[in-house]
Amino acid sequence: MPIIRAEHLGFDYVKFNDDNETEERVNAVKNVDLSVERGSFIAILGHNGSGKSTLAKQINALLIPTEGTMWVDGINTSEEQELWKVRQKAGMVFQNPDNQIIGTVVDEDVAFGPENLGIETEDIWLRVEDALKSVGMLGFRDRSPNRLSGGQKQRVAIAGVVAMHPDCIVLDEPTAMLDPNGRREVLEAVKELNRREHVTVILITHYMEEVVFADHVIVMDKGSIILQGTPREIFSQVETLKKYRLSVPQATELAYELRQSGCGLPEDILTSEELVEALCRLN
Amino acid sequence: MGELTLGQYYPVDSVLHRLDPRVKFVGTIVYIVGLFQVRGVFGYLFAAAVLLLLIFLSKVPFRFILKSLKPVFFLLIITMLFNVLLTPGTVLWKWWILRITKEGLRQAVTMGLRLVFLVCGSSIMTLTTTPNALTDAMERLFSFLKIIRVPVHEIAMMMSIALRFIPILTEELDKIKKAQMARGADFESGGVIRRLKAMIPLLVPLFVSAFRRANDLAMAMEARCYHGGSGRTQMKPLRYRRRDAAAYILMAVFLGICIVFRITGL
Repeated sequence: MPIIRAEHLGFDYVKFNDDNETEERVNAVKNVDLSVERGSFIAILGHNGSGKSTLAKQINALLIPTEGTMWVDGINTSEEQELWKVRQKAGMVFQNPDNQIIGTVVDEDVAFGPENLGIETEDIWLRVEDALKSVGMLGFRDRSPNRLSGGQKQRVAIAGVVAMHPDCIVLDEPTAMLDPNGRREVLEAVKELNRREHVTVILITHYMEEVVFADHVIVMDKGSIILQGTPREIFSQVETLKKYRLSVPQATELAYELRQSGCGLPEDILTSEELVEALCRLN
Repeated sequence: MGELTLGQYYPVDSVLHRLDPRVKFVGTIVYIVGLFQVRGVFGYLFAAAVLLLLIFLSKVPFRFILKSLKPVFFLLIITMLFNVLLTPGTVLWKWWILRITKEGLRQAVTMGLRLVFLVCGSSIMTLTTTPNALTDAMERLFSFLKIIRVPVHEIAMMMSIALRFIPILTEELDKIKKAQMARGADFESGGVIRRLKAMIPLLVPLFVSAFRRANDLAMAMEARCYHGGSGRTQMKPLRYRRRDAAAYILMAVFLGICIVFRITGL
């Protein structure tokens, strides 16, 4: 059974005027079908306003679909009495690290989720330790979050979700506010979680380089899914991506340009190592 | 910046630091109550001795305790001055409408000492307890108010979130200030009114950003299953230990002695 399944999913943001009448209706997500297998690493790509964040918030039941249905581990997110169960199963990490850390000490922040779930004190300590260890932040447990770098804060936020023992983690542009170093740290932590703990990861991003590691890539535009497939399948369609004003990883771009000017390079180059190898083979 | 701006917690390991924050909160109130019982010289000497003993036990350098007197210095001077000049009684010295009486001097000294002891006593609490532990203590001590539907947990949560965001917002204010200065804003010249007006371009963006942060934080809290205080457990619940019981007994003894001083008038 897929961990996350969506059928004909749609979401409208409705803006009300002063008389409580509908003033404007924005269709942020329309007719999305989605199926995510347990333990996989999914990346969702798209521009600002492509509906990717709205889709993410529906997985965590922060938004309830206005059309269609979303299931998380077989639970319909529209059922109100199951709300907390859904949020426990699908954790969410947001863009701004400062605005999602609640505790004034690192370990207290990681404990916030388990505390809300009503876990026993001794278990909370074990969970916090494991979670901090899994993102490599155990040495910072007594620090104040204000003294950490952006990447470290974001790893604490991830640990906060991991401590709730979710089946799936949704990361909504977790690296958008970080410097390259922080970006690498966070991405490594996420990959490690997926590889070692088999947590399903849904990474929302607009950095193409981060998508390369995913098992499956979903490209969104104007609220709909326009492309789906493995990173190789997606990035071999350079022209289609350009049509939607999306870039491709640097190595892919270079290979594409070289191919245009007559070099016999393959279409599915993603990393610079692959490009180097392909170029060497040309001679 | 950072936590140093909040409260004045002095991080060392001492008996007082290890006490349960509830004990320290109640203890401070007991000390203040006791302070207002004593009257005579011996009573004040006793209160001073207790205070010195506490400072010694807290391992906080004496100058940090004195520092806490700075904000109330003017209040102290004015209180003493009024007491000296306006208390009726046996006149010792007179000039124009000003006169100093024996009772006035006595009153000024006692009021001054009370104020100094009071401020020092409560600063021992804030110096040895983190703001968060204090919030926790207050949540537990006032939890009986839940019966009359006071949202005790929610108020405590608001306080601890405020504590977490004060340094973030100070940093942000600094950033906005620099951004406005880069565009030619002037915060230093002009009268009071002009300076206040110059604050508007600082406060508006700060408030907008604070609201946005609040919105984000509320969403993040909900995503982590926060649904109020019911059914919530704690990672670091407050638990009384033997030393806390001992502290409560000592407090009762202290209060008893103060009452004896009051009755005997020593």
